[in-house]
Amino acid sequence: MSSTAEPLAISVNGLTKRFGFKTVVDQFSLEVERGQIYGFLGPNGSGKTTTIRMLCGLLIPDAGHGSCLGHDIRTESWAIKQRVGYMTQKFSFYDDLTIRENMDFVARLYGLPGRKAKVAAALERLGLADRRDQLAGTLSGGWKQRLALAACILHEPSLLLLDEPTAGVDPKARRAFWDEIHTLAADGMTVLVSTHYMDEAERCHRIAYLAYGRLVANGTVAEVVRGAGLTAWHVTGPDHRIAVLAKQLEGRPGAEMVAPFGATLHVSGPDPHALDEAVAPFQSESGLTWRRGDPTLEDAFIHLMRGTEDHFAPGGRR
Amino acid sequence: MNGPRFSLARLLAVVVKEFIQMRRDRLTFAMMIGIPVLQLILFGYAINGDPRQLPTAVLSQDNSTVSRAILAGLQNSTYFRITVLADNVAQVDRLLDQGAVQFAIEIPVGFERRLLRGEMPALLVMADATDPAATGNALGGLRQIVDSALAPLLTGPLSGLAPSPSPVELRVHRRYNPEGLTQYNIVPGLMGTILTMTMIVMTSLAMTREIERGTMENLLAMPVRPIEVMLGKLIPFILAGVVQVVVILSAARLMFGVPMVGDPAVLMLGLLVFIVANLAVGFLFSTVARNQLQAMQMSFFFFLPSILMSGFMFPFRGMPEWAQIVGEALPLTHFLRIVRGVMLKGNSFADVWSDIWAILLFLLVVSVLALTRYRRTLD
Repeated sequence: MSSTAEPLAISVNGLTKRFGFKTVVDQFSLEVERGQIYGFLGPNGSGKTTTIRMLCGLLIPDAGHGSCLGHDIRTESWAIKQRVGYMTQKFSFYDDLTIRENMDFVARLYGLPGRKAKVAAALERLGLADRRDQLAGTLSGGWKQRLALAACILHEPSLLLLDEPTAGVDPKARRAFWDEIHTLAADGMTVLVSTHYMDEAERCHRIAYLAYGRLVANGTVAEVVRGAGLTAWHVTGPDHRIAVLAKQLEGRPGAEMVAPFGATLHVSGPDPHALDEAVAPFQSESGLTWRRGDPTLEDAFIHLMRGTEDHFAPGGRR
Repeated sequence: MNGPRFSLARLLAVVVKEFIQMRRDRLTFAMMIGIPVLQLILFGYAINGDPRQLPTAVLSQDNSTVSRAILAGLQNSTYFRITVLADNVAQVDRLLDQGAVQFAIEIPVGFERRLLRGEMPALLVMADATDPAATGNALGGLRQIVDSALAPLLTGPLSGLAPSPSPVELRVHRRYNPEGLTQYNIVPGLMGTILTMTMIVMTSLAMTREIERGTMENLLAMPVRPIEVMLGKLIPFILAGVVQVVVILSAARLMFGVPMVGDPAVLMLGLLVFIVANLAVGFLFSTVARNQLQAMQMSFFFFLPSILMSGFMFPFRGMPEWAQIVGEALPLTHFLRIVRGVMLKGNSFADVWSDIWAILLFLLVVSVLALTRYRRTLD
């Protein structure tokens, strides 16, 4: 073991997981440096949860190898469990225990010294102190999420794995949650967080995009958007016209993505010439304002998803 | 008027679906088939309400034609099967205490001589009456058996001695339960069955509840070992079991007047081992079952043979040999021997050790299975 360079927080290579005949994660490789916030994106069923579970030893990969915090994910899951905090997608603390009882349970499992003080401090920090004797089952979604986060970071893990932590949480609570994540990262904690929200992806240092079990994009937000190689037009005009225009552009070769954002329609595609040809018939129309736009992260993701889909679509390759 | 009409096609669709689901749910299917089959076999022809071939010890202090005839008559009756020829009274007592024999028959010194003199010698029959049902018919037929055995000998010049009244005095001692009270047998047995039932059901829900509530994933992600989870979940139930024991023992004493002849400490030891064994079974079920319903089903699947084949409901020796073998594998069988032995017979630790040992072995096997079955991952 080298004493100078700290091992990477996550370093996995070729991870593959099958459930029956279905390959859920296929040849997944990723390196995450310490102190980074890594966004983990992809459509439902793309294998994000399965990957996270393999990282913390809850699932054993069928192929591939790797390490978390320098510990082998196959053979050293006990050591990984000691140093990793994992927040499950579904609230998985005990509904019939109070907040403090849940926290005490976790603190005891990790054998934390000075348990009472630690629990009290954690509850204070996350604003749960007033509710500590409330049953976890009676909490609202936002409070449950705070409790889960508080319990996951109680043992001061070096790596935090968050599986869609903000699903179903209101914007204010989401903002507070992300501020907390950034504070933790600033203190040196590495965070891997899966999400569906674009604004959350943009708050990450780097993002990885998973589709159908494969890693299809990886890098900073700008790199991923650039890597998708899209060009885009933004059109503004009267509401009803924009709605009709969206229908008219949909399906035209070259206009791969047509998505209204309020009064603005985003039209984008991978081939600039084909895109220009697709929009040309409507560009001279009065009442519509056309301008070149930057493709968004969402455009990039939808493009990436479609690109992967083709390989897996029934009849696509068989 | 134009409301949806009953559709045979839809009904069929549902029926087909239900059949498919039933077939997929193997456990329910096995129970639906298994329980009736088990009950039919046991009630139909396996359970013998008139148990025969009961092991019998003989202490014969009179090696004579008459005593040999009596022993032959006992054997021929098929109620008694002479398994031990004892040398002294102490050995007879021990055999009865340990439950190695159901009966002991003592033929006193000079039995034949006194019979021929018409002195009506006494034939001493000691029965283990902890379970009155097991001994009732054999004892009922005893007078007839002995008289028939002697009849061929008492002919010719001796015909004057032929029965009417019988030439032999039968002295029957119903040991441990002289009045043949069934509650002496049932109440201690109930302690075993109630503990089996509640301990297994409660613990079988332990892990499945984690899974159903979604807390299992979190539990697995945290550093805790299977044995820790297992013991952590069992210990509270040990306390619950102790409370049950106190209630049942109080009821046995105050409501049914069941004596406590032996050392309560020995009983407590047996109880502790028995409770833990049942909890381990429940825990094993909960590691196998996918949901709480399955866990309940498994519990009943275990519970049923336990009450039927342990000697709780029917005399153990009234069961066919294969059922006795199955019964020997159940902790309840051994616990019943311990609890009846200690409470009614005053068994010491040495007497019940073999049964405690059997439960410990069962506990070991089940614990190893449970810990191997315990999921360390979500795979």
